[in-house]
Amino acid sequence: MAMLNRMRLGAVVRKEVLQLRRDTRSLILAFVLPIILLVLFGYAITWDVRHIRTAVVDYDRSPQSRDLLATLRASGYFDLVRELPRAADAAPAFERRDVQLVLVIPPDFSADLGAGRTARLQALVDGADANTATIVLAYAQGTVQAWSSRVLLRGTRLALPLTAESRVWFNEELVSRNMIVPGLVAVIIAIIASMLTSLTIAREWERGTMEQLAATPVTRIEVVAGKLIPYLVIGLTDVVMSSALGVALFKVPFRGDSALLIGLSFLFLCGALGLGMFISAVARSQVLATQLTLITTFLPAFLLSGFMFAIEVMPRPLQAVTYLVPARYFLVVTRGIFLKGVGLEVLWGEALLMVAFAAAGLALAVRNFRKEIA
Amino acid sequence: MMSRDNIERVRGVVRKEFIQIFRDPRLARVVFVAPVVQLLMFGYAVSTDVRFTASFLVDHDRTAASRRLVEALTSSEYFRIVGRSERPADLVRALERGSARVGIEIPAGYARDLHAPGGARVQLLFDGSNSNVALVARGYAEQIVRDHAIQLAGAADRQPVELRERAWFNPGLVSRNYNVPGVVGLLLLLLCMLLTSLAVVRERELGTLEQLMVSPLTPGELIAGKTIPFGLIAIVDLLIVMSVAVLWFRIPFVGNPLLVLLASVLYLFSGLGLGLLISTISKTQQEAFLSSFLVLMPTVLLSGFMFPVTSMPAVFQWFTLLNPVRHYLEIVRAVFLKGAGLSALWPQFVALALMGSSILWFASTRFHKTSR
Repeated sequence: MAMLNRMRLGAVVRKEVLQLRRDTRSLILAFVLPIILLVLFGYAITWDVRHIRTAVVDYDRSPQSRDLLATLRASGYFDLVRELPRAADAAPAFERRDVQLVLVIPPDFSADLGAGRTARLQALVDGADANTATIVLAYAQGTVQAWSSRVLLRGTRLALPLTAESRVWFNEELVSRNMIVPGLVAVIIAIIASMLTSLTIAREWERGTMEQLAATPVTRIEVVAGKLIPYLVIGLTDVVMSSALGVALFKVPFRGDSALLIGLSFLFLCGALGLGMFISAVARSQVLATQLTLITTFLPAFLLSGFMFAIEVMPRPLQAVTYLVPARYFLVVTRGIFLKGVGLEVLWGEALLMVAFAAAGLALAVRNFRKEIA
Repeated sequence: MMSRDNIERVRGVVRKEFIQIFRDPRLARVVFVAPVVQLLMFGYAVSTDVRFTASFLVDHDRTAASRRLVEALTSSEYFRIVGRSERPADLVRALERGSARVGIEIPAGYARDLHAPGGARVQLLFDGSNSNVALVARGYAEQIVRDHAIQLAGAADRQPVELRERAWFNPGLVSRNYNVPGVVGLLLLLLCMLLTSLAVVRERELGTLEQLMVSPLTPGELIAGKTIPFGLIAIVDLLIVMSVAVLWFRIPFVGNPLLVLLASVLYLFSGLGLGLLISTISKTQQEAFLSSFLVLMPTVLLSGFMFPVTSMPAVFQWFTLLNPVRHYLEIVRAVFLKGAGLSALWPQFVALALMGSSILWFASTRFHKTSR
């Protein structure tokens, strides 16, 4: 008995395509959603903190304090928006949220510097947004420390015996878009694939068309393959489209082999689509399928793949969970191919995992797809 | 205006809806467990801290001096040596593979050069493919090297200027305190929008919506009956999630819980209204699912949930003013962390009430038309 009959497979594909074509909105959304995500992440969202609204309380008013403020202003990170007469005025300024950082220069600042005592500055920051506050404080520390080193060496004949030569590879200018866009290609594929297929089998159950399907001679493999192929085409189109947009619109470098990207995307899609179908077959109800997809695919792809949040700083148990998130490996592939220009000689481990994921996803989908009506 | 008959009929629809949800015990479980799982994921995964950065060391010098430099770098929590080798090619490979994000190369003759006129150099390489980590790690590394150099120079055992930090409202600068209350906003919206739109579209797909239409229910009663159950589920989820936030994550809750509850009810109007609106434009559940995400992604990303509104381009900042999520998050965070009251937050409350009622009103007029 042939497991895969070309004619029957063709029929299932045709049925699925017809259904998709009638459902124009879903089809449009499958292409619009990636574009919207790219535009949002490319244009609107950034963690790059610039133009920190800074207020100064300068009790000292000495040449030194003015020099320090000039250094802050020259760094490009701080906008000195106002001077406050007293440190106590910081609280209302924070509550009105027109100031993010208040720098307090004490009255004995220059006297302490001259006498060789430690001069103490105070940085007050609005901590409600801890993410921004951490970055603001890091910039403030960095700028003050650099100024401090200069003060230390000024007038002495000392030269620092050691210098660090920093170089950044793969994204020389540290443009956050170059990090976001390749990652987003991976995330988009992961979520689109699971969203598209998660409902396809549950739908047939809910509408009762599963019985009709059961009455036909098609095999399980044919149904799964027939449902898979149209979505595979959509998914691969999404890969090509979002990569091209990323390069054309956001000037993200593409240094690797596009054929390799498409090949590995194909494998990843097989796995993700299979997993979506597995969820669909298990859930049998579309509402349940959406909720399961959300927890098992959507959020992990965003949060646990290393797309935006470094895996190293997560608690150990959660780090262990990330090994089970396929998007984590696919992300290494897209960033590797886009930014590092590496090929299979580096990515072979990820490629093997993609093959395993594809095999597992498809096997799960076929195994759990039962034609018999319970 | 509301007669006893009205209430009786609405209760009928609500009861029917509850039976439908809880008939599938798996769905019932998912509806209450999923938010907790999501909260745990967000609470633990979302962090912009940079610590324990995987670093690869190539030490050509192998002297006590070079070891002291490495120790200075690693004794902070910021860097962790994951591999060492004598060949620079291995370092390149580690950065390419992504197994290390930082490369440290100490040249031969480092210890000797420390006393030479030009001074010694240490090469630091950063994998820029994660620009956040690279930027922060570079800052830390350069500062550590500079401090080490100052110490070596014997200039002083400390910097002449010290910057003392103090954070208001969140002294430990725990990013979780900021993120976890925000997750509440995401979860409520997600739940209301998805469940409402899917429930209505499902009836339309199965043809049972027509049966409801020919029943003596007025459209208003039908809408109320269709949205109240999900509103109630959302409130229960809110209480569960907030308890987890306070008891498990130990998020300080300084403000008045009733204010959060009031804001949540106003906010739910927006969520339920959006769900209803999506149901009027979707023929299939798949469409409703995808449309919900099309609405959800921009509203959540442009709300200040994880990305500060102040860093967005001006156009997008204006757009956020029309976003109920933004106002809700401001209320929840201010009540949680600052203990703010109505006197400070009334503009957000007014905005939420206006948006909620207009979205719900618009959705129900559309609902009348499409269901006729």
